[in-house]
Amino acid sequence: MKALLIRDLRLATRAGGGFGLALAFFLIVCTLVPFGVGPEGGTLSRIAPGILWVGALLSCLLSLDRIFALDFEDGSLDLLATAPLPLEGAVAIKAFAHWLVTGLPLALSAPVFGLLLHLPGPAYPWLVASLVLGTPALSMLGAFGAAVTVGLRRGGLLLSLLVLPLYVPTLIFGAEAVRRGAAGADPVVPLVFLAAITLATLALAPFAAAAALRVNLR
Amino acid sequence: MSLLAVRDLAVARGGLRVVEGVSFSLDPGRALVLRGPNGIGKTTLLRTLAGLQPAVAGTVEAAPEAIAYAGHSDGLKPALTVTENLRFWAEIFGGHDIAAVLEAMNLRELAARPAHALSAGQKRRLGLARLMVTGRPVWLLDEPTVSLDRDSVALCAAMLRAHLGRGGAAVIATHIDLGMPEAETLDLGLHRATQARRESRPAGFNEAFG
Repeated sequence: MKALLIRDLRLATRAGGGFGLALAFFLIVCTLVPFGVGPEGGTLSRIAPGILWVGALLSCLLSLDRIFALDFEDGSLDLLATAPLPLEGAVAIKAFAHWLVTGLPLALSAPVFGLLLHLPGPAYPWLVASLVLGTPALSMLGAFGAAVTVGLRRGGLLLSLLVLPLYVPTLIFGAEAVRRGAAGADPVVPLVFLAAITLATLALAPFAAAAALRVNLR
Repeated sequence: MSLLAVRDLAVARGGLRVVEGVSFSLDPGRALVLRGPNGIGKTTLLRTLAGLQPAVAGTVEAAPEAIAYAGHSDGLKPALTVTENLRFWAEIFGGHDIAAVLEAMNLRELAARPAHALSAGQKRRLGLARLMVTGRPVWLLDEPTVSLDRDSVALCAAMLRAHLGRGGAAVIATHIDLGMPEAETLDLGLHRATQARRESRPAGFNEAFG
């Protein structure tokens, strides 16, 4: 398991691995919004929690199809499926590696992007907390979507259509936690819901993804 | 005690039954060469034996975790070096020594080279080296000699012979002569499915919706 994690991290950070792509995309989304809605601080700070969460969601989506597509093309997936490692475990590890190179950097750098959008001061810790709690679910659900679409040509587009609706609960509670943080209200309730969604996803999605992979490898 | 026993096996590709009535058993130290024209179902049969797809009829009996499969693609990551590629698979399969394997497949001088800089034949050799680090007794090889030169084919045959000598077994789908007269041959042309009837269940997502 450790070997697979190290390999995926190494592949992501080497040339052509796409590390940093999600961050750059997030940065561009956050700089485009003030151009679109105008620079008034009041408007921006009101929509900032939602924009930050939608931006994080879309950035996460960019690299999802790579979770399995590359391994499928070069035959590694066949070999992993016949390896002693259970396929469910391999799926969980690959989703974890995806989170380490996209979700975690997004969460840690989000305060900088919050500045671009005039996010009110008290919201910053809750922005980071909500992203840390919520993004693992994005990677895990994405791994499920990637497993379903793995053999398809142009599967990335279908993947987005399949996965984005599944992201809705995470988006609602994540953005709500930041909004309450910004308004000075208590954000604990949405954070608890966010954590619950993530835990349920972590528990169920590896099995669903492994089942989908087995069907697609036939 | 045979390592792999197959009884009355039928396999389907794309929902169509291609081969049926295949029976054989493989004892330690034996190799079986699958022959037959393109499209007869050699790859499909090997994938079924590897457990990657279900059999349409018949049974495959093998000890758990006995089978190592090597398909058309070698499962190499272009961005990783030869050593990193091989060490990854060695760790996944339980930490076998890779130095001896690099030596045996004549890859030691290429050890630090990234896999994208290897020639097709060198990649193939690395793919075959992967089988040696799995430590599994039954090897399923699909066209192992593609893009290998004459010396490397001899190297491949020597590696197979060493594996059989250690009590392993192998099923090899190939069109060329490996120079292994001791191997038995199974001509799949004789087992061609009599009527290509469509199986009621689609084999996968692509087939069901494609």
